[in-house]
Amino acid sequence: MSGGEPLREAERVMTICNACRYCEGFCAVFPAMELRRTFTAADLRYLANLCHNCRGCWYACQYAPPHEFAVNVPRALAELRRASWRGFARPKGLAGLFTRNGRTVGAAGLIAAAVFLLWAAFSAADGLWVRQEGAGAFYRMIPYGAMVGVFSALALAALGALGAGLISFLRQTGTRTREFFALKNQRRGLLDALRLTYLEGGGHGCNYPDERFRHGRRRLHHLVFYGFLAALASTTVAAFYDHGLGLPAPYPWGSLPVLLGLGGGLAMTAGLAGLLYLKARMDREPADEGGRGMELGFLGLLLAVNVTGLLLLFLRATAAMGLLLALHLAAVAAFFALLPYSKFVHALYRWAALVKNAAEQSAAERDPAG
Amino acid sequence: MSRTHVSQGDSCDVLVIGGGNAALCAAMSAAEAGARVILLESSPKAFRGGNSRHTRNLRFLHRKPTPYLQGAYLEEEFWDDLVLVTGGKTTEALARLVIRGSEDVGAWMEAHGAKFQPPLRGTLHLARTNAHFLGGGKALVNAYYATAARLGVEIRYEAEAVDLEIENGRFRAALVREQGGERRIAAAACVCAAGGFQADLAWLKEIWGEAAERFVIRGSPYDTGRVLRTLLARGAKAVGDPRQCHAVAVDGRAPRYDGGIVTRLDCIPFGIVVNREGKRFYDEGENFWPKRYAIWGRLVAGQPGQEAFCLIDAKALSLFMPSVFPPLEGRTIGELARRFGLPVRAVEETVAAFNRAVRPGNFDPASLDDCRTESLEPPKSHWARPLDTPPFYGYPLRPGITFTYLGVGVDETAHVLGEDGRPFENLFAAGEIMSGNILGQGYMAGFGMTIGTVFGRIAGREAARHVRG
Ligand SMILES: Cc1cc2nc3c(=O)[nH]c(=O)nc-3n(C[C@H](O)[C@H](O)[C@H](O)COP(=O)(O)OP(=O)(O)OC[C@H]3O[C@@H](n4cnc5c(N)ncnc54)[C@H](O)[C@@H]3O)c2cc1C
Ligand code: SF4
Ligand code: SF4
Repeated sequence: MSGGEPLREAERVMTICNACRYCEGFCAVFPAMELRRTFTAADLRYLANLCHNCRGCWYACQYAPPHEFAVNVPRALAELRRASWRGFARPKGLAGLFTRNGRTVGAAGLIAAAVFLLWAAFSAADGLWVRQEGAGAFYRMIPYGAMVGVFSALALAALGALGAGLISFLRQTGTRTREFFALKNQRRGLLDALRLTYLEGGGHGCNYPDERFRHGRRRLHHLVFYGFLAALASTTVAAFYDHGLGLPAPYPWGSLPVLLGLGGGLAMTAGLAGLLYLKARMDREPADEGGRGMELGFLGLLLAVNVTGLLLLFLRATAAMGLLLALHLAAVAAFFALLPYSKFVHALYRWAALVKNAAEQSAAERDPAG
Repeated sequence: MSRTHVSQGDSCDVLVIGGGNAALCAAMSAAEAGARVILLESSPKAFRGGNSRHTRNLRFLHRKPTPYLQGAYLEEEFWDDLVLVTGGKTTEALARLVIRGSEDVGAWMEAHGAKFQPPLRGTLHLARTNAHFLGGGKALVNAYYATAARLGVEIRYEAEAVDLEIENGRFRAALVREQGGERRIAAAACVCAAGGFQADLAWLKEIWGEAAERFVIRGSPYDTGRVLRTLLARGAKAVGDPRQCHAVAVDGRAPRYDGGIVTRLDCIPFGIVVNREGKRFYDEGENFWPKRYAIWGRLVAGQPGQEAFCLIDAKALSLFMPSVFPPLEGRTIGELARRFGLPVRAVEETVAAFNRAVRPGNFDPASLDDCRTESLEPPKSHWARPLDTPPFYGYPLRPGITFTYLGVGVDETAHVLGEDGRPFENLFAAGEIMSGNILGQGYMAGFGMTIGTVFGRIAGREAARHVRG
């Protein structure tokens, strides 16, 4: 468990908000807060992960600094959120990766790049800088079995760690498993996650990058998220082609894996570039400055996955293919290796918090007095 | 130090003095009517918006439901509500002007950047009459400032109007303290929308003496009433009781200024209130809290040291809105009294006498129930239950001033009236500074913003008309 100072600050701020409640129309955090009179550490971790950081409540706050109450909800919750992720991380020994996360991500990327380049250089039958074409071209660079082995191992490790992280989230936020896995709570929570309902600021958008209400951030996030799903689908279909149908990559332009991968990659690249642009222009006061490295590292790594992937797709018939393949695989490997210890986990815990919120709110709707 | 020197500043068509709701509505309306507008806000940008920054909703006439208001709220009901709270102390023509002028004002506000939300928990009793600002008054004020700037209004922060030049019933210029100097700003018309005088401690002391030293000002420290005082000194007609203010009981630990909504305490009907001598002094359960909320400021102000203490027991802790400061706690009444530095014996005797006087009944916070005391002076008429379940909790209380009633007289075109009842030619007023015309006493939730919005719009429009003919 973690988060001494951020916990105390979040408790202080939520206590002020609970006596005020002017921001209850922005998001799910305030209605959830209103179900409580005092806040345990578990409550606060849950509220922190429920916050989408839309910043509506920052610009609206009559107690924002320089007022002596110095209320800064988005920052207080973001700091606690980051601390809570360290506490949820499994195995515990790796939780430290969340400190100086930007550097960790950068180092992992570089190491992976070096490893894959060397690997490709040694294993490529005809050298790295050679045009390779036709079925199985990729595997002439990096052997098939090794590729499958490495990525399966990374994916399994990531899934295991994320699953364990989810269990610690449920424990450390006092969420009952039965309530969490109830179908109707899952449905409502998942829908809120997929729609990003709470980046809508009650229908007007979020106050990002500045005071004005805009829908840009939510739309860019949709591009990244649904682009990511398309890319995952592309990989899945490709795996099926390969193992099920015996058709090894690369695939022709009109094929399903390429279309999904291209669409997803372009969407993610555009979304990530947009998000980075907004982040560079955003007001810093409501931001968790300590989390900057983590955010930039994650966005940067995902961008690297996409850019190398797109380049590989476009230049696969040239001599650059070997180099690009190695770089792309390196980026993907670093991404998966760090999945449970990067900002990626926001997706997992946001979804979990939204499901808990769905459970709480439907209970409160059934029994308003309770 | 050199003496401040008055620079011949600039000029404009319409000068708006103030930076809250009324001033912004006036400035936007005047700019839309084609006037060149300067708006003076005496506070720094971070604290712009006066008391309007602390508001949550406004009330307006509507015939149909909207996405954020239920049902209908029509003129006669609106008027009846107003008569009820003011005890008839209102000017009917102006009051009806505000009520009618408020019809669907939500749409106008939205067109100027305001955003509303349906009430969720806690304010559901206002769901039909009052429209809630998404994010509260500060979000509203932010949106208005953005819109005003877009309409070309020149906004000056930390610019305090300190005097008005008025000749033969005509406004000529304002003297403005700004950036360490004083500057004269001439204008063809002027809208005074600078709020009440509740933040001027010296003025409050003129009325309430040293007791005012211990009052909490719930809203902006910049609402000093300087413009109001100047107008009255320059021959404007005074309206509203100069000795009255709207005051509620707030937590004694509240900041001196700007504590806003969070310092209020809703625990009184569920406990007892004693003064620093440990004695009760008023019926805590006289009526529903929203109806008695606003008398407790005055009651506490009347106690020695202008302080009082609300004591409850564990049964009551979750019956009212959570408070911003945690209650003090004691395992016994005596321990709690000691925590507050109250005379222990006296408090214990008061509680014992109260507990003995409580008659059994069916406790129900939602109705005027039959839990009351017998042969106790003062009685507690409802929700009286013995304080017998430890731990015991207590909150310190102080008077918290919301606003003052004194203002300047206006006519139906928002012109400021002179003592002789004749309007100044080009001088207008809107908002708290003239609310006394309509709210002679009492208060109705959300009506302050209604008056400011309707009169702000009238004042802006009329000022522009005066300039542009
Ligand atoms: C805690 C609290 C909650 C409230 N909630 C509500 C509510 O929900 N609904 C409602 O209708 N009413 C509410 N009210 C009442 C409401 O605040 C007022 O009726 C309303 O804000 C008055 O608006 P105004 O524009 O006249 O004054 P203000 O908003 O007070 O604005 C006055 C402005 O004038 C500026 N100023 C003062 N002197 C000078 C000077 N000499 N030169 C330049 N500028 C100057 C001030 O800085 C300020 O910006 C509440 C009040 C408080 C304290
Ligand atoms: S963020 Fe500020 S205005 Fe919003 S509920 Fe909290 S204290 Fe109130
Ligand atoms: S930043 Fe947005 S999502 Fe987070 S608490 Fe504030 S209003 Fe809610």
